[in-house]
Order: sequence, then structure tokens, then C-alpha cells
Amino acid sequence: MSKNYLNLFLCLIFITSCGDNISPVDSGLENQIFHFGNGSEPQGLDPHIVTGVPEHHILIALCEGLTSSNPKGGEPLPGMAESWTISEDGRVYTFNINQNAKWSNGDKVIADDFVWSWNRVLTPSLGSQYTDMLYYVEGAQDFYDGKINDFSKVGVKAIDFNTLEVVLKNPTPFFLGLLSHYSTWPVHKETVLKHGSIDDRNGQWTRPGNFVCNGPMQLKTWELNNKIVVEKNPFYWDAEMVKLNEIHYYPVTNVMTEDRMFRAGQLHSTYTVPAQKCPVYIEESNPNLSIDPYMGTYFYRTNTLHPVLKDKKVRKALAYSINRKQIVDKVSQCGQKPAFSFTPPGANGYQPKTEIPYDIELAKNLLAEAGYPNGEGFPVLEILFNTSEDHRKIALAVQQMWQANLGISVELVNMDWKVYLSRESSGDFQISRAGWIGDYEDPNTFLDLPMPGRGNNKTGWVNREYEKLVNQANQTLDQEKRYDLFRQAESILIDELPVIPIYTYVRQIQLSPDVKGWDSNYLDHHHPKYIYLERD
Amino acid sequence: MLLIFLKRVLAAIPVLIIVASLTFFFVRLAPGGPFDSDRAVSQEVLINLQEAYNLNAPLSEQYFDYMSGVLVGDFGPSFRYPGRSVSEMIFTGLPVTLELAVYAILIALCVGIFSGVLAALKRNTFLDFIPMAIAMIGICVPTFLMGPLLVLIFGINLELLPVSGWDNLPGDKILPSITLGFAYAAYIARLSRGGMLEILGQDFIRTARAKGLSERAVVTKHAMQGGLIPVVSFLGPAVAGLLAGSFVVETIFQIPGLGRFYVEAAFNRDYTMILGTTIFFSAMIVFFNLLSDMAVMLFNPRARD
Repeated sequence: MSKNYLNLFLCLIFITSCGDNISPVDSGLENQIFHFGNGSEPQGLDPHIVTGVPEHHILIALCEGLTSSNPKGGEPLPGMAESWTISEDGRVYTFNINQNAKWSNGDKVIADDFVWSWNRVLTPSLGSQYTDMLYYVEGAQDFYDGKINDFSKVGVKAIDFNTLEVVLKNPTPFFLGLLSHYSTWPVHKETVLKHGSIDDRNGQWTRPGNFVCNGPMQLKTWELNNKIVVEKNPFYWDAEMVKLNEIHYYPVTNVMTEDRMFRAGQLHSTYTVPAQKCPVYIEESNPNLSIDPYMGTYFYRTNTLHPVLKDKKVRKALAYSINRKQIVDKVSQCGQKPAFSFTPPGANGYQPKTEIPYDIELAKNLLAEAGYPNGEGFPVLEILFNTSEDHRKIALAVQQMWQANLGISVELVNMDWKVYLSRESSGDFQISRAGWIGDYEDPNTFLDLPMPGRGNNKTGWVNREYEKLVNQANQTLDQEKRYDLFRQAESILIDELPVIPIYTYVRQIQLSPDVKGWDSNYLDHHHPKYIYLERD
Repeated sequence: MLLIFLKRVLAAIPVLIIVASLTFFFVRLAPGGPFDSDRAVSQEVLINLQEAYNLNAPLSEQYFDYMSGVLVGDFGPSFRYPGRSVSEMIFTGLPVTLELAVYAILIALCVGIFSGVLAALKRNTFLDFIPMAIAMIGICVPTFLMGPLLVLIFGINLELLPVSGWDNLPGDKILPSITLGFAYAAYIARLSRGGMLEILGQDFIRTARAKGLSERAVVTKHAMQGGLIPVVSFLGPAVAGLLAGSFVVETIFQIPGLGRFYVEAAFNRDYTMILGTTIFFSAMIVFFNLLSDMAVMLFNPRARD
């Protein structure tokens, strides 16, 4: 026993004496190895199956679509397609595939790779959750729904090795932006088929050693729940531009652990900042704190089929009695902006012109007009949210504002994530907290959500005028006219308020000053080919 | 003894079948499904996903399919992580969790038994009060407080040890092992003190001393054999608890062990993963309890009757 004890003691002494170990951040600087806090273990690395932000962070390094995200935001840049032309009616896109584009095994990327890959995404038995990204392509939805069985009737075809033609159902001005979403990226046909069939969700092609893709990095190792390492891909068409040798992704689920890892020099960037630490870091002017605009809105859904909430005056009274500025200044406290529109302002140049006043008198009058003077007779409603201290704090603030300003009581109901989702989807709620992050940089990614029949609407709100305007906007090629139509639609939305915007998200992370080339953009897409490590 | 062992093993089989069956039906009763997500999936996509995992089949068919798979060691594919089987994930996390548990239990045994025996021998002195006070603190302070405290002191302020990870940086296994081990050391210290005090008052100890044996021989050869029986019976459930309950330490220290899969599977409604880990942990608990009962029988002849 005493021998064991002595061994342990000696072991401790030995290891603790190595105190001058160089930290991963310092050694990373020497070797261009980026240590990246990535939130959670990715579901997988098959771009046609996974969903989620941590998956995107890795896939943007491993694979590339026809276009690639612009690091400074706005119009996408060439990716696998070096150029493209758009027909006058805006429906036919012809992409010229970069002749130097190669897969990480050295094979050439050809136009047919995209045809096969989109066929794969639209194969129902694969169970891809992002098929709607391709529904803008002629015949794509019909193929998925089984109305046509011949994929050659879908509007995507390889004219020759290097020319891809895509025919859309309608002119879709944001189509190029959609292509920077990973669900539209190609996969290497031979590799996928070597390890399974076209619709095999459990194929082993994404494992290290098997994985072949066309991005700036290639998969080196993958230790489940520990880390994923990607290394520079020598076959990448723009390999000269890539300065990083490796990126190590750590799936750190606990935000406090991640914060400590950053402080101890184990990470160059974090996935997020703990909510309670953010105001402290702001006050300390912590140079590592990075707060960038983010294309997302935090809002409350109202169930417009509820006997009380179906009255738009009630919804307006609720919205007008929330002091958004106070919520961002005193509750969320991390640089969020009060939201007065559903679409975050500035999405690809779009500026909504709506206002949601904080006007207690007006709110009281509206409530009285709805039959509840001073809140009398107003039933006790519930605010549903998924279990989280941050959501609870905001719900508490809103609860108090409604109590003080309108004289009405609401109860807070927190539920486990899956129960919350299930109650929201089945309409079993009155008011529920929600958030929406844009999939591409265009107002449509927000204004499509409250459209009738959309799975993410969940409010029961149907407005044909709104639907007409959004549809009309998406068939209009002139950007100004299009945005005008969106603004008209947004005015209807904010007048009706099936969704009550609270604040516009920001992307708050801790970022080492050694990280260069990390530009701020609205979608938080950081292409690794622009990132490098350098100490000032 | 072999007969008792076989009887216990046979008794464990229905226990595991009941656990598996109850879990199978209970997880499906919980609201929310494995494919519910923030971005709603259309009905067509949902049907295709359920088809891919045979969730559209009648429940009884799913149950018999699953149970026949389990019999041959196939726990099915994970719903949350396409391309991974539950068995693969269990056997990826298990070595890490086991290693952590071994270090923790070694620390717990060394520190716990040493201070417990010392406290019993030096009863009502500082050598009794101080270790027992520390043990009481160890029992009261939860690991989710102890872990970050140790990290702040040794990782961030003194910069002596890494604050997280497992096998990524030299020395990254020390703090999690100590955090997990300390809580169990406290229990073991109190159990061994109690056990030793009881034994030290027995006649055979007095006889041993009367024979002229040295105090060291009395303690190590005679007193400890009986005095540590409570510790041995505690070890079975403790090891099982360490395996199933290391979730907190694994999360604080970013350790890729089994505990995290277990808890995350429940949140994700990853049915096959919940079932696989539950069956596995139940088997572990049964096995370690059996093992500790056997060890007690070895130490204590009276328990064999």
C-alpha cells in the first residue's frame, strides 16, 4: 500500500515539475495549428446528413460547394465554380467548374459530381433534413416526393466535364447564397459508394482514412468526444492561400470548461462566452472578447389560434409593453441589439423600416380595446421556454414588464429541449421563446418562416397578402424592388405580430489576438483558408 | 462458493431483461422524438427518417428486433450520430471511463484507508480530528465545485497542470482523477475508521498483542483484514457508481468517457444509445456488486453461510 502511495506521489511531483510546458496556443503559433472550441461533438461529417453549427465549422474546412462564403459577408465568392452566368429570366445558372479543382485523393472535381450529389440529397431514403435547400431547382421537390422517378428530369445537368447547368423553378435571387450551405456541397461518388450505397446513412466513408472531399483541409484524426484534427489538403485548388497546417476542433459542451481552457492557453478561439462572464469581460475591456453582429433574432412566438392571442390587439399590447433596451442592457448584457423587425437589419443590404414602440399607454389602450381594461379578466397565460438560465432571466423580465405595464400575469414554464420542441410543433403552447439564425444572407431566410404551411411557422398565423408579397419578391430580379416587397411584407408581419421580436443576436466568442484573417460576417462563416496565426 | 456465484449470475439475467424492456418502452413514452430539431423537419422527411431506423414498424416488432439484436451483442445504430453503432460508442468511451475510475479508486483507497486507519489508531487526537474533518468536507463538497476549484488553483493560477482534456497534454489526467477520487476517499476514510475501531476492541486483537506481536503486525495482519470489510463491500457499488456517475467530472474536464454519452443520449432521445448504455451500466452494477460480495466472502468466513 505504502509503495502505491509513494508511486503516486512521485508521479505527481514529476508531472507538476514540468510547469514550464509550452501551451497549445504558443506551440500552435509556431506550427500554424489552430485550436478551436467547437461546442459539441458533431453528429457526423456527411454534409448531406448532418445539421448544426459545430458540423458547419468542420465541414467548411473539409469540403467546398460551387460558391464559397465571402469572409467579409455579402455576395459569395467562387468556390468549385470559378465563374457562372445567369440567364436573363434569372432561372438558368451555368457554372464553369474550376479546372484545377481536385478531391483530396487527387481526382478531378467534375460537373457530374454535383449532379450525383444533389441526386443523393434528394433521395428520400437517405433522410436528409435540408432537402428544401434544393427545392428551388426545377423538379427537385417532385423527385423527392416521388412524383417523378427519373432524376434526369430534375433541373441540374452536366453539360460537359466542367460545365454544370441548373434550371430553377422561379428566379431565385439568393440562389448563389444558398450554395454556400453545406447541404448543397458535393461528395466524392466513388468513396461514398465504396463504403455503402447512395442512401446509406451509416456508411463509413466519413471515417479518417476513408474521407475524401474537396476543401482546403482533409481529415486526419477523429477521436470521439475528444477532438477532430484536420490538416492541409495539398490537392486543394487554392492551396497556396492556405496558411494553417492543422485545425484541432474540441467538442467542449460545458461553457465554463471552455472559458477555463481559453484562459489556460489551450484554445485560440471559443465557441461562445458564458453569459455571466460576458458583462464582466466587457467591463474589463478584455481584449480577447470578440462581439460581432450575427444574423439571428431572439423572439417570442404567439399561438394565434389561442382564443385570447388570436386578437391582434392583444399581441400588439404584449409587444408594445416590452422594454427591449432594458432587456439587452440589464438582462442579456452581451452586446445584443433590441429588435424592432423580424429580419435583422443589414442582411445583404436589406434594411427593414418597421418599428415596435415601447409605449405603455398605447399598449394599455390596445388591451382595453381587446376587452381587458387594466388587464381585468385577462387569463393567466404561459411562456414556454427550454431549460436554460438565460431564457429564464429574459422570461422573468418580460413577465415583470407585463405585470407592471399591463396588469396581467403570466406563468413561466420551462421544459426539456425535446419536450419544448414537441409542444411548439404540436401547437401546445400560448407564448414560447424562440430563436432563428439565417441559413443564407438574404431576408428570405427570415421572411419565409412565418409563411403559411411552413414547418417553422408554428404560430398558426396565415396571411395571404403577406404570402403574396414574399412570393412576388422571390420572383423579382431587381434587388431594390425585391427589397421593397420584402419591406411591405415585413410591415404586415410587424403589424400582426405572430412573432414578437426581442433582440438581434451577436456572435460572442473569445479569440486569441494571434488569430489573423478572422473577419466579421453576418453568417459567422470563417473560411480556414483566410485564417493564420501570427503574434504582433 | 462457485454455486453461489452461478446462482447470482443466473439471477442477473432476468434483472437485465426487465431493465432493458422497461427502458425500451419508457423512452418511447417520453415526449419529443429523436428527430425533433430547432429547424422543423417536414412530414415527408420525418417519415423517411423513421423508415431508415425502422421506427414505423409496430412497437412489438421493434421490441423483438431490438432484443434479438441485444442477444448477439448488437445494440443498433445511434440515431444522433449517423454512421456510429451504439456498441462502437460504448467501447470507445469505456476505456477512458475505466481508466479514470481506476485512478480515482486508487487515490480513494490510498488516501481513504491511510487516513481512516490512522484516525482509528490515534482516536480522539488531532490525527483523528483533522483527517475526519477533511473527509466530512470531501463528502459535502460536490465534484462540480471541487473540480473547478482545483482547476482554478492548479491550472489557472499556478499554471502547473492542464485544465481539461484526456491524453492530450502531459498531466491532464491528474486533476480529474483527484477530483473524482477525493469524494470516494472521504467515504472510505470514514468507513475504514469505523471498521477499524470496531475490530481494535475485539478479543483476538488483544490476544495478538498479548502474544507480543508488534503494533504494525497487529494492525496490518489482524485488524485490517476485518476492519476493512465495510470498505470492501462499499467498493462494488462505488466502482459501478464511478462508472455511471462520472458524467460531472467528464463534463468539467472535457473527458471523452461513457458518462457523457449516457446523459446526452437521454437529452437527444437517442433511443438506441439510451438503451445500450442503460443495459451496459446495469450489467456493470450487477457485476461489481457480485464481485464485492465475493470479496467479502473471501475476507469474512461468516458471510459464506
